[in-house]
Amino acid sequence: MPERQLWHRRGTAHLADTLGMTAGAEQARAAAEAAARQSYGRLVAYVASRTRDVAGAEDALADAFAAALARWPQTGVPDHPEAWLLTVARRRSIDQQRRRMTGEAGQAHLRLIGEELEQEMAREKFPDDRLGLIFACAHPAIEAGVRAPLILQTVLGFDAATIASAFLVSPSTMSQRLVRAKSRIKQAGVPFRIPETAELGERLAAVLEAIYAAFSEGWADASGAESRHRNLASEAIWLGRLVVQLMPGEPEALGLLSLMLHAEARRPARRNGEGAFVPLSEQDTLSWDASLLAEADALLVRAGAFGTIDRYQIEGAIQSAHAARRFAGTTDWAAIATLYAGLMTISTSPVVAVNHAVAVAYAGEPVEGLAMLDAIGDARLDQYQPYWAARAELLSLLGMSEEADKAYALAIGLETDHAVRAFLKRKRADLDGR
Amino acid sequence: MQYMLLLHHDDTPFVTASHDEQEKMSAPYMAYNEALIKAGAMVSGERLRGASAATVVRVRNDKTEVLDGPFAATKEQLGGFYIIEAPDLDAAIGWAARCPSASFGTVEVRPIWPTR
Repeated sequence: MPERQLWHRRGTAHLADTLGMTAGAEQARAAAEAAARQSYGRLVAYVASRTRDVAGAEDALADAFAAALARWPQTGVPDHPEAWLLTVARRRSIDQQRRRMTGEAGQAHLRLIGEELEQEMAREKFPDDRLGLIFACAHPAIEAGVRAPLILQTVLGFDAATIASAFLVSPSTMSQRLVRAKSRIKQAGVPFRIPETAELGERLAAVLEAIYAAFSEGWADASGAESRHRNLASEAIWLGRLVVQLMPGEPEALGLLSLMLHAEARRPARRNGEGAFVPLSEQDTLSWDASLLAEADALLVRAGAFGTIDRYQIEGAIQSAHAARRFAGTTDWAAIATLYAGLMTISTSPVVAVNHAVAVAYAGEPVEGLAMLDAIGDARLDQYQPYWAARAELLSLLGMSEEADKAYALAIGLETDHAVRAFLKRKRADLDGR
Repeated sequence: MQYMLLLHHDDTPFVTASHDEQEKMSAPYMAYNEALIKAGAMVSGERLRGASAATVVRVRNDKTEVLDGPFAATKEQLGGFYIIEAPDLDAAIGWAARCPSASFGTVEVRPIWPTR
């Protein structure tokens, strides 16, 4: 893995020694943690795909992974991280036998794979089975809502409590759901491989959906104050990169990564110096991450070369059109409205319909836009803050301040993020000036 | 792994059909059986008589109660089963999807609990 070599070259121990508790040390710690997660995920995937026993694979490696998370930031990433983890895992399991009964399955797994794996590692042909593991986690036999958490746990080694807090459910509920899903994988014989071509489209869609769900959970926290959310978004990007690296010929995966990078590039601009919410149209384009945006656009070009179209590519293109404001100075709303019209033909989401109506209004047709909002008629929108905020905005564009005021009131009532609520309150107060 | 495919469907059209029609309706199952055997996936499989021929038995307080029929509210009843050998769930799902009952009823895929 090129990334790992890079981390190794940086010499995490050296950095930690000379810089102490500085940003450099923090970077070294993050790099060591990422390396530990990489190796852990590869080992879990290797073991689980041969035994179908995800929980057993996790058990076998849990202590070694914890040791790596604690030690590598100080000592640097070892030359053969997987071999290091495996050695520690085997030693720990012997220690544990003396102290307490450890998972029998875990030990059996370690015995089972030990020699075979060592041979493969010696030949440096240690296979990367993570994609197979990801496909198992996102299998249609697994409840849709638990797929993203399951991928985060098995591939990246996050504990149930961390995942639970990111997905806003109680740790015990999340833990139960994860345990149930893993036993289902084992008992029902869910395969650990990239599906046949005939099924690949639908299955890959489930994988991408899970990654996107993780990203959206992370993105939802506009303030960025809660680091668990920010981490979730970057882990989703990491998974998106992994899928693109392992399946470079899938335009949907390229489109999703592009979409996530576009959003991520604008993260720093979502708040001003005082921590107040800044809407996309008012963001300072200089605070966008130019290199992420360039990478996102390049991915979109790569995806486009396949000559197919899908929701991620279109959503990526919409993001790209917004980002183009950094060159053009203005937003091409007509182009964005056209892209949303295209998205409408392959998506039945009322959220897409709301965005389409707004784009049409901003493209110079506010009456048409408002009529389109009225025409959506989806009961779910009654409790959807952006719908009421959009409605308020279009009503105020048309000078219908009284109705706009009512719509803002509803939007404010539905919003939970206080910075966004403050922003909506300011917009509402501005109505009086008209 | 072994899986049981439980075929749930409304069998009134079959039961009320003429003998010729019944043969016609059975043909796809015959072809399916052949395919399973050819692939080495067939362990066993049977068609069941209709729910009208079913009997329910339970023992409560050492007393054996015998009742007629299952108490199902739906028209879809267990009408037959296969036990198949398949390398994994995807392969089992593949066989379930090819089962004629899947196109008008429901095929439930259950892994067999290995006891040996």
